[in-house]
Amino acid sequence: MNDAPAAPLLAVDGLQAWYGESHILHGVTFEVLSGEVVTLLGRNGAGKTTTLKSIMGIVGQRRGSVRFAGAELIGRTSDQIARAGIAFCPEERGIFSSLNVEENLLLPPQVRPGGLDLERIFALFPNLKERLSSQGTKLSGGEQQMLAIGRILRTGARLLLLDEPTEGLAPVIIQQIGHTIRTLKGQGFTILLVEQNFRFAATVADRYYIMEHGRVVERFANSELNANVGKLHEYLGV
Amino acid sequence: MFSIFDIPSQALFGQLLIGLINGSFYALLSLGLAVIFGMLNIINFTHGAQYMMGAFVAYLLLQLAGLNYWAALVVTPIAVGVTGVVIERLFLQRLYQLDHLYGLLLTFGLALIIQGVFRNYYGSSGLPYQVPPLLQGGRNLGFMFLPNYRAWVIVFSAVVCLGTWFVIERTRLGAYLRAATENPTLVRAFGINVPRMITLTYGFGVGLAALAGVMAAPIYNVSPLMGQDIIIVVFAVVVIGGMGSIMGAIVTGFALGVIEGLTKVFFPEASNTVIFVIMAIVLLIRPAGLFGRSA
Repeated sequence: MNDAPAAPLLAVDGLQAWYGESHILHGVTFEVLSGEVVTLLGRNGAGKTTTLKSIMGIVGQRRGSVRFAGAELIGRTSDQIARAGIAFCPEERGIFSSLNVEENLLLPPQVRPGGLDLERIFALFPNLKERLSSQGTKLSGGEQQMLAIGRILRTGARLLLLDEPTEGLAPVIIQQIGHTIRTLKGQGFTILLVEQNFRFAATVADRYYIMEHGRVVERFANSELNANVGKLHEYLGV
Repeated sequence: MFSIFDIPSQALFGQLLIGLINGSFYALLSLGLAVIFGMLNIINFTHGAQYMMGAFVAYLLLQLAGLNYWAALVVTPIAVGVTGVVIERLFLQRLYQLDHLYGLLLTFGLALIIQGVFRNYYGSSGLPYQVPPLLQGGRNLGFMFLPNYRAWVIVFSAVVCLGTWFVIERTRLGAYLRAATENPTLVRAFGINVPRMITLTYGFGVGLAALAGVMAAPIYNVSPLMGQDIIIVVFAVVVIGGMGSIMGAIVTGFALGVIEGLTKVFFPEASNTVIFVIMAIVLLIRPAGLFGRSA
C-alpha cells in the first residue's frame, strides 16, 4: 500500500519557515499517503516540531507548498487549516488548566463528520472516563497525553499531527500510546509523528524521514530500518 | 425605628442600600473590565466613557426616537457594543503583541476624546432621565423605605452578573473563552476563529458597561463626566478582586459598595478613601488580588 500511486494526502514541498528573524526550515520536502503512519526523526533543533507547526499555520512566516488532499494550505490561517481536516497534538500537550477533563475533551469543534464518539475514545483511554470532572492539569503526565490525543479524535480530522507523544512517559504508558496509534491506523487515520525515540517509532511507523538543519536528509521504509540503524545512530547521535 | 451602636436604623439601612446600588455598578463595570482583560490582555480605560455613552444613548433614544427605558435597556448595549467592535478592529487588535502600557494609553486617549466630544455638545451639568413609570414609587419595609427602581437595579445587575458568570464558567462557549485566554494559538489550531471571538468579547464587555450606563441614568444624572468619576473606583475594585477573575470582580464589586456605604455611616470622613486603603492593603498582602491567580 506504501507504493500505491495514489496522490498523497499531505504533500510538503520546499517548505521554509521563520520564527522572527531566525530561519528554521530551509526547504522541507516529504509526503504522507492516506492511511500511513509516517515519522519524522531527528535531533533536537532539526526542525521537526517547526515542520508540524508550519503545516498547522502557527509559525511566524512560511514559504513553499503544503498541499492537503490537493488543496494548498500556505496562506491559510490555522483555524482554516484545522477545518480542512488536520488536527494537532502539541509537544507540551496543551491541556487547559481552567477547563476540567470533560471540557478539554469536548473543546476542539467537530470539523468533519466521522470522528470517534466519546465511547470509542473512552475504550482507548479508560482512565479519562473516571477523571472527567478533574481539572485538566491535575492529571498525570500520561493521562494528560491521552487527553491531548483523545480530544482531537472527536473532530473528524483525517490527518493527525502528533508531536513527541511519548516524551517523558513511563514505558507502560508508551506501550499504550503505541497500541492507540496502531488502532487509529487500523481505523483509517493518517498520522504524521514526530519522535526522538526511534525504538518507539519502529513499533508504529510505515516510513521515516530524517531531518537535519531544517531539511529532510534521508527517507526509508520500516522494512529498511535494520539496514539503516547505523545511519540512524549517526544522525540521531544515540 | 431602632438603633445600632447609636446609629438610627434608617441611616444604617439607607447607606447600606446606597452601598448596594453603587456595588451593583462596580460589579457590572469591573466584570466587563475583567472579561476584556482576560481575553484581550488590555486594560480598558475607555470603560468609563463607554458607561457614559450607555447613559447618553438611552437619553437620546428617549429624546429623539421616543424609545423608553425598557427599549433602551436592549438597544443601547448593542449599539454601544458595536462601537466597541469597531474600536477593536481599528485599533486594539494591533496592540496585542505589545506591552500593556500601549493598550492603556490608547484606551485612555479614546476616553478623553469621547468625553470631550460629549462635553462639547451637552455641557457638563448633567441631564435628567426619569425613572420608568413601572418602577416609580417604593415600598416601606418597616425598617426602611425602598424605592422600587433601586431594588430593580440591585436585582437586575445581580442577575446579569451571575448570568455572565454562568456563561463563562459553565457553557461550551465559555470553555472556548477560558481556553483562548490561556492559549489562543492552540485554540485557533483546533479550528476556532479566535480573532473573531476576541472582537466579540470586547463588544460584549463594552455592552456591559453601556448596560450599566442605562441603569445609572435615572439614578445619577446623565453627564459626560459620570464615567470618569466612577471608573477610578472601579479600577481599584478590579485590583482588589484580581484582574481577570470573573467571580472575583462580581463579589468584590458588591462587597466594596457595601463597605463604602457602611463607612459613610460609621466614619464618614473615610468614605471616599476606604476603597483605596483596602486596595493598598490587598496589594501589600496579595498582589494578585483576593481572587486572582498569581502568574
